[in-house]
Amino acid sequence: MSELKDIFLSTCDRLLGELNTTDADDHGWPRAAWQRLVELGLPAALTPQHGDDGLSVADALAVSELCGYHTLALPLPETLVANRLLALAGLPIGDQPLTLAATAGETVRLDREQDHWRLHGELSAVPWGRHADAVVLQVESDQGSRLVRIAGAGLAWRAATNLADDPRDDASVDLRVEDSQCPPFPAGSPSLLEWGALIRALQMSGAMRKTLKLAVDYANERVQFGRPIARFQAIQHQLAVAAGQLAAATAAAEDAARRTDGRDHGFSIAVAKARVGEAAGLVAAIGHQVHGAMGYTREHTLHHGTRRLWSWRDEYGNESFWQTRLGTLAASGGGDGLWATLTALQDSSEEQQ
Amino acid sequence: MQAFRFDPVALPESARQLRREVRDFLAEQISKGGITPHRNSWGSYDADFSALCGERGYIGMRWPKRYGGHEKSALERYVVTEEMLAAGAPVGAHWVADRQSGANILAHGSEQAKQEILPEIAAGQCFFAIGMSEPNSGSDLAAATTRAEPTEGGWLINGTKIWTSSAHRAHYLIALARTAAKTEDRHAGLTQFIVKLGGDDVKVRPIYNLYGGHDFNEVVFDNTFVPAHRVIGKEGDGWRMVTGELAFERSGPDRFLSTFQLLRQLIDALGEQPDRRDRAALGRLVAHLATLRTMSTSVAGMLERGESPNLEAALVKDIGTTFEQEIPEIARLLVEARPGLERGDPFNEALARAVLTSPSFTIRGGTREILRGIIAKGLGLR
Repeated sequence: MSELKDIFLSTCDRLLGELNTTDADDHGWPRAAWQRLVELGLPAALTPQHGDDGLSVADALAVSELCGYHTLALPLPETLVANRLLALAGLPIGDQPLTLAATAGETVRLDREQDHWRLHGELSAVPWGRHADAVVLQVESDQGSRLVRIAGAGLAWRAATNLADDPRDDASVDLRVEDSQCPPFPAGSPSLLEWGALIRALQMSGAMRKTLKLAVDYANERVQFGRPIARFQAIQHQLAVAAGQLAAATAAAEDAARRTDGRDHGFSIAVAKARVGEAAGLVAAIGHQVHGAMGYTREHTLHHGTRRLWSWRDEYGNESFWQTRLGTLAASGGGDGLWATLTALQDSSEEQQ
Repeated sequence: MQAFRFDPVALPESARQLRREVRDFLAEQISKGGITPHRNSWGSYDADFSALCGERGYIGMRWPKRYGGHEKSALERYVVTEEMLAAGAPVGAHWVADRQSGANILAHGSEQAKQEILPEIAAGQCFFAIGMSEPNSGSDLAAATTRAEPTEGGWLINGTKIWTSSAHRAHYLIALARTAAKTEDRHAGLTQFIVKLGGDDVKVRPIYNLYGGHDFNEVVFDNTFVPAHRVIGKEGDGWRMVTGELAFERSGPDRFLSTFQLLRQLIDALGEQPDRRDRAALGRLVAHLATLRTMSTSVAGMLERGESPNLEAALVKDIGTTFEQEIPEIARLLVEARPGLERGDPFNEALARAVLTSPSFTIRGGTREILRGIIAKGLGLR
């Protein structure tokens, strides 16, 4: 681990730990909190230019894990990815909040009309849509896959939220798009859906780490039958199971984060979202069981993480979606091919160090 | 809360080269008919195959050349072991000697023991059993009552070991015995001995397992003489050494590939275009397997750096054995199954083997409950 990475992540950790996202402007947007992220240069931390400073893609992506740990109610991971893709595609980047509109099913179309394009369809459950400066989409057209940037302010957002009360807004779009607004999607990059899955996997790892920490601390403090409940094997073994799930989830998510520039990123991201999503439900359930009624209150902070775990596992493709992709791959190679496929994909020399 | 880490490792080119060599070697063995993968697990015992592995340099890979080893890295060894298991090679004869007994002797044994025994192990000619459990001492290993008393030129051992895999066909057994009476510190006073098997002073009786197989045994020491140079390490240091080896024993691919042959057969049984539900079930297993490989290679990397990732190893074994136990439970619901050990078709034979052996996965090498206790301790709960 590089010293630069250590400094970067410990700085982010400190900032995210003290950030107050409850003070919002008239539109419900925590402007001051976002400004603190901007002061640190975080919205652009994942752009290729930033890599010249010595931070790898995985290092910058690790901020997503910290956002999950601190249950940050801001679209920083989405903005990181959006700015990276915009920069790669030659579009302007910015320090205002951006979002990624990608769902497992295709809902938006890009059709050629004379000298321009027409973008039309339904945007569904877009993270922080109503607050986003721009929405970034990947849309298939008859001229290949395109990266589309549309201004958020011009859309008629229908406000909705996920299980954690974070904005997940809908909007109908029917827009004229110029060539310059929809360059080819960056070649060799994970798809927008894959990027979304990857940041959610990292965020879930962080939220699980927090959930386990809260549960361990609570078990050591809470006294019943004359001793801390941490002394009971029934509690110890549940938390050991949660630790195993957290360990697997973190290993899978970090592995995928290291391979985004490699040829086989699709496999490792599918593994990560499927494995982490499965762990998320288990860790949330154990976190609550150990906390008893106290963790079921609005006032306790446990639900800041668990409600996001329950939301994030469904976003950018749930476990079943990504498992099906992996299962299709496994079935196509037959029983004898499974091991060769697995080792070839995982031992790829193109992963970033 | 102790942090656990699974830092990434990249396989060196030498390991990838080795993978190709091992794969070619195993493909050749399978085509010759010497291996029937779906009937094998890492317990499958084949002394001829072990000798072949010895010739090829696949045993004692990390040991110094002067003891017959090959001075390879932990990651190179890792690649060889996982290729063997994935191919369904019968590695059972040399497995224990290679995985832990040899490493134990190398680290703590006398010079004479190293010279006598390690080259034989590396040649695939010398096999080991481990004598830890006793009739009244299973998970509670420190309760061992087998005694060793000093005598002219060595020690005399008396007592009974149980669940000792392969004692009826191994050449040596490493026995944990009490060399001093129990004190307040119940981990003190235990010592490891290399006991030669095959003589009249060690009685080995079979204990048949639930499907009628003969793997484990009861071993009775009756004034069994062990020469002084076959004591491992310092007298009284046995507990520290036994627990020090655990990361080697608990983190390897043998802790999640025990039913891999069934997974292969399942894919074939489902055909090229299974329905969506079946593909998702299959894909879930692939996601687990890929993640376990990432974690297990990471531990191999830590071992290579000389670290002692005992907590990480316990985590790998706990989730790895859970995974290998899940495979038969899922397979039998995706394919209409008629499991039978001699059914004649590979899927049903592999399924039968997996169902009948799976209870052992979470018992051998540290029960699930012991592992979760170690993890809980790492979390700061005890």
